[in-house]
Amino acid sequence: MNRTVLDLWVGFFVVIGMAALLFLALKVGNLSSANFAETYVLQAKFDNIGGLKVRGPVKSAGVVVGRVANIQFDSATYEAVVTMNIDTRYRFPKDTFASILTSGLLGEQYVGFDVGGDERMLEPGGTIAKTQSAVVLEKLISQFLFSKASEGPEPQAK
Amino acid sequence: MASPRDLLAAIGARATDRIWRLGFAARFFCMLLVYSGQTFLRPRLLLREIWFSGVLSLVIILVSGLFVGLVLGLQGYETLQRFGSSEALGILVALSLVRELGPVVAGLLFASRAGSAVTAEIGLMKATEQLKAMDMMAVNPLARVAAPRFWGGVISMPLLAALFSMMGVFGGYLIGVVFIGVDEGAFWSQMQASVDFREDVLNGVIKSFVFGVAVSLIAVFEGYDSVPTAEGVSRAITRTVVTSALAILALDFVLTSFMFRSL
Amino acid sequence: MSAEPLVRISDLNFSYDDRPILNGIDMTFPRGKVIAIMGGSGCGKTTLLRLIGGQLRPSSGAVEVNGRVVHEMGHEALYAMRRRMGMLFQFGALFTDVSVYENVAFQMREHTDLPEELIRDLVMMKLNAVGLRGAHALMPNELSGGMARRVALARAIALDPMLMMYDEPFTGLDPLSLGVIGQLIRRLNDALGATSVMVTHDIHESMLIVDYIYFMSAGRVVAEGTPEELKASRDPFVHQFLYAEADGPVPFHYPAGDFAADLLRGDARG
Repeated sequence: MNRTVLDLWVGFFVVIGMAALLFLALKVGNLSSANFAETYVLQAKFDNIGGLKVRGPVKSAGVVVGRVANIQFDSATYEAVVTMNIDTRYRFPKDTFASILTSGLLGEQYVGFDVGGDERMLEPGGTIAKTQSAVVLEKLISQFLFSKASEGPEPQAK
Repeated sequence: MASPRDLLAAIGARATDRIWRLGFAARFFCMLLVYSGQTFLRPRLLLREIWFSGVLSLVIILVSGLFVGLVLGLQGYETLQRFGSSEALGILVALSLVRELGPVVAGLLFASRAGSAVTAEIGLMKATEQLKAMDMMAVNPLARVAAPRFWGGVISMPLLAALFSMMGVFGGYLIGVVFIGVDEGAFWSQMQASVDFREDVLNGVIKSFVFGVAVSLIAVFEGYDSVPTAEGVSRAITRTVVTSALAILALDFVLTSFMFRSL
Repeated sequence: MSAEPLVRISDLNFSYDDRPILNGIDMTFPRGKVIAIMGGSGCGKTTLLRLIGGQLRPSSGAVEVNGRVVHEMGHEALYAMRRRMGMLFQFGALFTDVSVYENVAFQMREHTDLPEELIRDLVMMKLNAVGLRGAHALMPNELSGGMARRVALARAIALDPMLMMYDEPFTGLDPLSLGVIGQLIRRLNDALGATSVMVTHDIHESMLIVDYIYFMSAGRVVAEGTPEELKASRDPFVHQFLYAEADGPVPFHYPAGDFAADLLRGDARG
């Protein structure tokens, strides 16, 4: 085996191998969309975040505008404090409404922004005042069952 | 015939033998690492081994990857369309390849293509006294023969696994999008939305690296430890393939249970 | 030439898993001589060479090379010593994946930083010495047995060793190649000013070229002397060897129990 030919083949192999790794990272995975170039921080407090996870998406009008950076429990108010990294290209009004939503019936949970009409914008590091907690399926079902149970027996009791 | 006592003794002897070999292999691994310095000081040695175990495995890896992807595309579509979610084909193909099939199947192919070749090469060198001759020429065969082959395999394996996964995704794309007509945008965007770089891609690469270490170590060790006869070498090759396959599957289970525990 | 012998073996014992291979060997190899160690197959001759090269550790006793005890050397010192030793293996042990040229250049590349032109000149000189300069581009599998042995010889002398060891250099060669190798061993030894040890069971070829012969049987030295002394010897061992008699002091049979008893036992089992 000629040395230069061998070198060439090994070079070729390493280059296409690296290209394949890059392909998996960028085209198959979400490395490109996961990391925003520059972000600023927003916070929001929720009574219940349900199944929200760190690195979960933050969406506004269905577009991913940021990611959940950190989730903590505030022992003073007994609320969950969600810190989010938001892309610097997007600014949101002061009265933006943050809610925990679920994609599809059983999909992953994300933070959704419903934009209000305020003239003033949220500053980096600011806190979103208006929030709505996650809808917990079990609670919904049990509420539904309780209400059924409380109204159910009445016809027979007559 | 054999009494239960004899049988028990035989089992005991086999177990002791296995443990001995395991300890021997562990010591061999340490020695290999100690004598690895030369490999990186002389890249030409390493280059030849990357060629030997990487480049020569390229064809089988690329072709198998493509076919595995094609089959995944067909079977996945068949199942998914019953639930009306054929757009999720991209997710299915990509996740199963990147997390499991890529590293595992590429590892198995690597063990039978490159691992067996390395065992055969070292075993034959031993059988023809080339290793002894090298030792007598004041060249440590561990540093000159074993270490470069080990590192060549360790470097090649993750690249081969990545190529396998890439070809597989391409195969799934070919079947799903080009032949069956799943929406191309949905195929890619759903894939990207649910394949996480750290959770899935990086973990897959870590797996393939671990498999590379395991297979290369087994191949080099079996060659080095083979009985220096034609029969001994052929037995060593068989052991390389069998032990590597078992090691890959067992390690895969262990790694998976650590990596994807949250799921 | 100093009077101090190059190799001194004193009361050397070696056993493999309690099976004694060598029993109290005493030998001295003076500088500049060609010494043959002869004996039947399996009498521990090759083991002796491996003990001199430090590939095995003696059970007791010592091998001294150039005044230093081999088994007391550390890894570095041992490798430094081996650079000054050349060994020709029974079947050559050429590296089958590289050409004849690269085989001979191997040690020069591993142990020296010589420029490529100088290595080329040296390799050609060594190959010329064994008459195979024209074969430098061939691969080992393209060589005949005799040629492979000569290439291995060129490789062994690559770094001009002070001690040459030959493990059965004549095995499996036709009479012509056999003579060529024999003459080469003698000529190279004298040209290099080296000392050569040859393990062999080929009596007639060795008698022509060596200065001193040790006869070994069952791990012991049973006779020694110059070729002339041995020819005149009336020692039964020497006689059996020189005239290739099947049975004698060296028994034809591997030690075994009573033959008739063995047969009877076979009957009983059948």
